[in-house]
Amino acid sequence: MATKSMVDIEKTKKKINVLIVDDDPLNLQIHEKIIKAIGGTSQTANNGEEAVIIHRDGGSSFDLILMDKEMPERDGVSTTKKLREMEVKSMIVGVTSLADNEEERRAFMEAGLNHCLAKPLTKAKILPLINQLMDA
Amino acid sequence: MQRQVALIKKSLFDQGYLDEQFMELEELQDDANPNFVEEVATLYFKDSIRLINSIDQALERGSFDFNRLDNYMHQFKGSSTSIGASKVKTECTMFREYCRVGNAEGCLRIFQQVKKEHATLRKKLEHYFQLARQAGPKETARRSK
Repeated sequence: MATKSMVDIEKTKKKINVLIVDDDPLNLQIHEKIIKAIGGTSQTANNGEEAVIIHRDGGSSFDLILMDKEMPERDGVSTTKKLREMEVKSMIVGVTSLADNEEERRAFMEAGLNHCLAKPLTKAKILPLINQLMDA
Repeated sequence: MQRQVALIKKSLFDQGYLDEQFMELEELQDDANPNFVEEVATLYFKDSIRLINSIDQALERGSFDFNRLDNYMHQFKGSSTSIGASKVKTECTMFREYCRVGNAEGCLRIFQQVKKEHATLRKKLEHYFQLARQAGPKETARRSK
């Protein structure tokens, strides 16, 4: 399957809107930059509870949600479950640590993820998923 | 001077201080954000110093709440992974192993290593960024694979 390059994404003129949910300000900065670099726009939430509130308040819809797993207030598993209960249809991609075991990853997927990626996130890891969204 | 900057960066990789993730960050640097990597590194060191202080205080109190210590180190390791701080990440992993088995002495010993690697990386990166700024805009030098 041919991978769209950044130029191809720009040509389609569709901007992917992404919600980045992570309690680490460093990750938020890096992931925002990655999304910008591949032609998308982003909003951030510092934990799962903020992500739920953003959706509860309405008016925001995202093509993609990048969901960290370990967060205070409400973790990634609980947040994903809640968003799916709220009938959020966005592609939700879990971001896990390599230290997470298979059982933890499976529980995260079963919460309602579409995909799971291991940290650290890179353009190369996210681009195929963006391509999927563009082709949908 | 560009050559000197490139050599310093190469040595950081060759000596294992940095891994490919640092290159990924440099790939994100552009004309709109020419100092993106330095900004990220600054944020990393600010946050990691806070975590080091929290761990130091917890250890000095003699309270080996291994869950709490592991939580701090989980954050520290995560940040180190995000910036490509390879040696720091390795020491963080070992610390977490000692937490997992409840080995207080091991935690204390390894934490000294964590702080040492962190301080060394900070010094080397500060020097690298200072030279890079003096050298001016450049093409990203690629690490030979």
